[in-house]
Amino acid sequence: MGHEPIRSLELRGITKRFPGILACDHIDLSVGEHSVRALVGENGAGKTTLMNILMGLYQPDEGRILINGRDVRFRSPNDAFDHGIGMVHQHFMLVQNMTVAENVALGMKSSHRSFRLDIAAVRKRILEVSERHELPVNPDALVWQLSVGEQQRVELVKTLCLGARFLILDEPTSALTPQETDELISLLQKMSSELSIVFISHKLHEVKALSDTVSILRRGKIVFEGRTENHSPADLAALMTGHEVELPRVDSGSAARGGAPGLLSIRELRVKGDRGNLALDGVSLEIAPGEIVGLAGVSGNGQRELAEALNGLRPVESGSIRLDGAELAGGSAGDVIREGMGYIPEDRNTEGIVPSFSVKENLVLKDIGGKEWSAGGFLRLGAIADNAKALRERFDIRCPSTDTAAGSLSGGNIQKVILARELARGPKALVAVYPTRGLDMGAEEFIHKQLLARRSEGVAILLISEELEEIMNLSDRIAVIYKGAILKVVPGKDATKRSLGLLMAGVADE
Amino acid sequence: MNAGSFVLNILILGVPFSVALLLAALGETINQRAGIFNLGCEGIMAMGAFVAFLPPFFLAGTPLAGSANLIGLALAIGVGALLGVLFALVVVTFRAPQGIAGIGLQMLGWGAAGTLFRHYVGGVTGVPGIQPVPVPGLSRIPILGKVLFNHNPLVYIAFLLVPVFWYLLFKTPWGLKVRAVGTYPRAADSLGIRVSRVRYQALALGGAMAGLAGAYLSLAQAKMFADDLIAGRGFIAVALVYFGRWNPVGVMGGALLFSLAQALQLSIQVAGINFPYEFAVMLPYVLVIVVLALVRKAKMVGPTELGKPFDREQRI
Ligand SMILES: Nc1ncnc2c1ncn2[C@@H]1O[C@H](COP(=O)(O)OP(=O)(O)OP(=O)(O)O)[C@@H](O)[C@H]1O
Ligand SMILES: [Mg+2]
Repeated sequence: MGHEPIRSLELRGITKRFPGILACDHIDLSVGEHSVRALVGENGAGKTTLMNILMGLYQPDEGRILINGRDVRFRSPNDAFDHGIGMVHQHFMLVQNMTVAENVALGMKSSHRSFRLDIAAVRKRILEVSERHELPVNPDALVWQLSVGEQQRVELVKTLCLGARFLILDEPTSALTPQETDELISLLQKMSSELSIVFISHKLHEVKALSDTVSILRRGKIVFEGRTENHSPADLAALMTGHEVELPRVDSGSAARGGAPGLLSIRELRVKGDRGNLALDGVSLEIAPGEIVGLAGVSGNGQRELAEALNGLRPVESGSIRLDGAELAGGSAGDVIREGMGYIPEDRNTEGIVPSFSVKENLVLKDIGGKEWSAGGFLRLGAIADNAKALRERFDIRCPSTDTAAGSLSGGNIQKVILARELARGPKALVAVYPTRGLDMGAEEFIHKQLLARRSEGVAILLISEELEEIMNLSDRIAVIYKGAILKVVPGKDATKRSLGLLMAGVADE
Repeated sequence: MNAGSFVLNILILGVPFSVALLLAALGETINQRAGIFNLGCEGIMAMGAFVAFLPPFFLAGTPLAGSANLIGLALAIGVGALLGVLFALVVVTFRAPQGIAGIGLQMLGWGAAGTLFRHYVGGVTGVPGIQPVPVPGLSRIPILGKVLFNHNPLVYIAFLLVPVFWYLLFKTPWGLKVRAVGTYPRAADSLGIRVSRVRYQALALGGAMAGLAGAYLSLAQAKMFADDLIAGRGFIAVALVYFGRWNPVGVMGGALLFSLAQALQLSIQVAGINFPYEFAVMLPYVLVIVVLALVRKAKMVGPTELGKPFDREQRI
């Protein structure tokens, strides 16, 4: 690190174009020493792009970067590292089949001896950093064996090990549980007394809790800049989306359901997890037409396995899943889709889309063999294009065109592509797993409205989420899952955060 | 002939048979760990075999004849590395599809070697080649000595290279970079590692090894050059890398298994055992396919980005 510490960092007039899109449009941004600058904005606003430019990963088409008032040019991340800038990326930058220590060593040039990798030094450094910041990590664990939360911690430790004094955090909380998020936020609060931080998030209460100043990006432009303390989350949300954001609530007063066999009926379901353990041990749940059942629980209690089993992606050991009378247990994913099940998967990059296919192809992927999209063995390209055009408008999918590869969209817009497909198919039942993870406020509001609209059309919806707020706002009934079994089902209007929290911790009766 | 000496013969034959495969497959292991499979291995081996053959052929009778073999080996390594870099130019810099580019390189190497051979050399001629050098002491151990320590020096070198490559891949900074670049180039890039440069280096090393493997065939095994000298060994080497799960030790196991099966089928024919020779010839290939199908796919070992070009500013 041959450079003086960063006292001020300034981006001036940064502009970046991608084919068909202006991702950053003359952006000015400055960050002072020992301060936290929050960067918020809709999905696809250009936040990640801007930070990748600052890291030297993308080259700007126009604009300058100034450090302590002097021009710098970053041609690769090495140049940024030299100035002590480090970034935790939105998508984990960890090599899955290597250990934590090897991942850190990759960037730690001091461990690169001529004919030997000094892994002992790396391990020592990891332990130092993890002790100092109370971020427990095991240097010898293989990354693919770690949970998402642990990987997020590894990313932070890695960045700190590489000597970062200026931290860029791109949605570090979007995959964390609420507890993990709280821990991270308080850790960052402590660290902000010695570091400078750029913090990107869609969750405005985190922004409020952590940042000194906030900048709002919209369609590649800075539309607002100010001190965080002077603005309420609602103000910021309105500035971000251009309108008042009000998350809708379900009105489940009238219908007294329960007891009657549901449209989606799960009985005594037993399913094995990845390690051969029984991940679901006798789950029974009835969801009536036009009902939203929220499934609350700390992640890792069988939610993923349940969603996969319901969609034919995981073999069922015993029990039954009936959708409108048809048995789904033991069927393939194709069978389940044909019976009218909709699915919004947890990991949208590997499950929900084919990244190299265009947006319009992804939008019809589930029914591509049906009469609507193909005739006599040929695709009905006109119909597919029209469908894409309509859905793009209705769901506000931001993409240069519907021929763009879906994988090149911003995270939130990929989610919208999946949602558009699943909701437009007219499913009988819908399994939505963390449907708003990584989405901006406006999109979240929109999706909640969509889910409620489907509900009033008679769709049976299973909503799996870790956000208690989301579950409480939308659910007619809330089922709490704990260690692979449903601990209790409570009416949505009777639920409180406290009672749910206790149930999620496994305390059934107070 | 009794059963004991029949088996001994297979072992004595099989070990040197495996060397060309082993050398090429070690190089290919590095290529694939870096995310690139080089089907052109066969073509590089042909060029290596050809250029290695030239010095002993032309320098016979001159004062340089004594070091002709060494010059030949150096040439093969150099030409191999050069062809590896050429391949890198096509698939790394220009991002051409690797399968097609590899087949192109295979045909280029094979065709060029054959044509140049006919033009400058003509008919089939032998060279003295590299002679066996028994390891003092060790070669006198009963049985083992004959199987392991009574070969030409390249055999020893090839087997010594197995732990060297293992160390290179798993214990050095360069090996770490190679593995990262083949598994998640974007992560490597985000840490300031130059993905293209590492891939160029890996392909150069892989090419050099393929060149050396070819030289082994023309100088040590056949002691001559002919058009079809390589006979598909380059492709077998590529398959052996999968077989060995991208680990030099596993790759060695595969090379030995294949070569022993090869030695077995030759011995069956030579011993005049009543067995349809067509089936005997098939044996090694069938064996490899069967074993490949049966080995359990271990999770999370290999380069998951194998075959995919990398572009920093491209999201997919
Ligand atoms: N490598 C790329 N190739 C093509 N287009 C890109 C690329 N990177 C970003 N884009 C486009 O640039 C725009 C900004 O994307 P960016 O990822 O910066 O958004 P973001 O603000 O980080 O959104 P999110 O909150 O969803 O992460 C998007 O429209 C996206 O599709
Ligand atoms: Mg982003």
